[in-house]
Amino acid sequence: MIDFNLVPLMPEIFLAITAMGLLIVGAFQGNCTLRVISWFGVGALCLALFMLTRIDWHLGAVLNNMFELDTFSAIVKVFIIIGLVASLALSVRYLFDENIVRFEFPILILLAGVGMLLMVSATHFLSLYVALELQSLSLYVLAAFRRTGLRSSEAGVKYFTLGALSSGMLLFGISLIYGAVGGLAFDDVAMVAAAGDVSPLLIVGMVFVISALAFKVSAAPFHMWTPDVYQGAPSAVTAFFAIVPKLAAMALLIKLLMGPFYAMALQWGQVLYALALLSTVVGAFAALVQDNVKRLMAYSSIGNMGYAMIGLVAASPAGVSATLLYLVLYMFMTAGAFAIILSMRRGDLQVLNISDFAGLSQTRPFLAYGFAIILFSMSGIPPMAGFFGKLVVFEAAMEAELYVLGTIGVVSSVIAAFYYLRLIKVMFFDPPEDAINDDTPFARYVVLGVSLAMVTFFIFKPAGLMDLMDSAAQSLFIS
Amino acid sequence: MIETVLNVGLPHYLILAGFLFTIGVFGIFLNRKNMIVILMSIELMLLAVNINFVAFSSYLGDLTGQVFTMFILTVAAAEAAIGLAILVVFFRNKGSIAVEDIAGLKG
Repeated sequence: MIDFNLVPLMPEIFLAITAMGLLIVGAFQGNCTLRVISWFGVGALCLALFMLTRIDWHLGAVLNNMFELDTFSAIVKVFIIIGLVASLALSVRYLFDENIVRFEFPILILLAGVGMLLMVSATHFLSLYVALELQSLSLYVLAAFRRTGLRSSEAGVKYFTLGALSSGMLLFGISLIYGAVGGLAFDDVAMVAAAGDVSPLLIVGMVFVISALAFKVSAAPFHMWTPDVYQGAPSAVTAFFAIVPKLAAMALLIKLLMGPFYAMALQWGQVLYALALLSTVVGAFAALVQDNVKRLMAYSSIGNMGYAMIGLVAASPAGVSATLLYLVLYMFMTAGAFAIILSMRRGDLQVLNISDFAGLSQTRPFLAYGFAIILFSMSGIPPMAGFFGKLVVFEAAMEAELYVLGTIGVVSSVIAAFYYLRLIKVMFFDPPEDAINDDTPFARYVVLGVSLAMVTFFIFKPAGLMDLMDSAAQSLFIS
Repeated sequence: MIETVLNVGLPHYLILAGFLFTIGVFGIFLNRKNMIVILMSIELMLLAVNINFVAFSSYLGDLTGQVFTMFILTVAAAEAAIGLAILVVFFRNKGSIAVEDIAGLKG
């Protein structure tokens, strides 16, 4: 018993116990408790966020070096919890509207959240694997959550199959790394790699692990599940998928690349280069022909993960900080976008085709103007936050002399602007269709408001967030 | 000659695991018939990884690999349970678990 200090894991432990307690409440009281459980879950998340801000972020390793809390993981965790709160707040009314009132929904989101929080503080491949599976298994169930719907269950089957394949690849990679290194702690791997003892076994294992994580963040050659799952899953689940797990998986990727694999930057740089390049191009071109908004958001997220990865290819503190800033801004924008997409209902039906947005500026002006601001931000029009996200990423790429990658990134972001602007054109200049329901719940307005505030006011005080990301990136490079 | 073949060492285990893993991956992508076969392929992949871990563990004289195997077995059971549950849900809606019927979402 060298260390039995559980304080750094307080938020996760608290959330796990809360989730199980709520599960028991739901099991005894039935589905009528959905609303109570959801808001209780939001409360628990806020409490966990409070705990996280109160504990020291330099507490170091816990549980025999299985987990550690450093500035990087703490900052990422703060944003993961904010994303979880947003996606829970967005989903409550949706579940009632769509008649999928089941108490498991908030509990699955909480458990997936625990998985993500543990994932970003893992320092051993064993804890990484278990945390990643806790997250993935919850996500598979969530994708198939509307169990009477053909599309939702099909999305579940597809997500499960490809997700399980990626776990298999992850494990195969870990087993090869184990053989090459003789241990599975991140420090062991870093030590062997830094000693210049990079065997082919280690490199192959590393590439397997990176590909498996590319599946989870839906980077381009491994993106094929994303559009189908986004479209098939219930919209509240799609919102959750788009907001949080991307950030968590990307943070895990950053942690691996800048930690145990850092000495092999020459090798993984090429892999990341290809992933970033393909993602930006696929995200830009494939989205041009979509007419379902959720599919559009799927391709948009593929492209955005590509831009975020450009910062990683640079393999510098500036690049990591740029990637983190990009991911966080993207998370805020997606939360706002989905607050609007979830509100697109006519009668009892969700309307998700781009043509359904026609004339939204006349029927629901607030939603239309809000969506326009978010879309401007996503396409990178200057005064909005999205522009600065892209700016820092491309700046990091230029500093690392990645001119080709940076140029292709800029070009594909210009192409991508077309489909964002097309949505704005449809909303403002096409003749209005039948009115959209006028019953957007308060929580959705709050999420939308926070997202809009972030997007528009970021320019006035960019330093706050950027300094935070810088300190997160620095903490990875000190050790 | 006979001795080198019969003297089973680390490479033999790794080759076996590599073959099984490859069969599992191909089983997922080439299989056009039945979703259950895909579940079996996933299981095969995980078991191939287990062989890898145990072989390395024994070769290195380090227990971490065997502990990892236990974790993989547990998680694989949970994964199979969830996979089958999702498959049952799909079957109830579609009335079929043929792979070519899982093509409603396209674009």
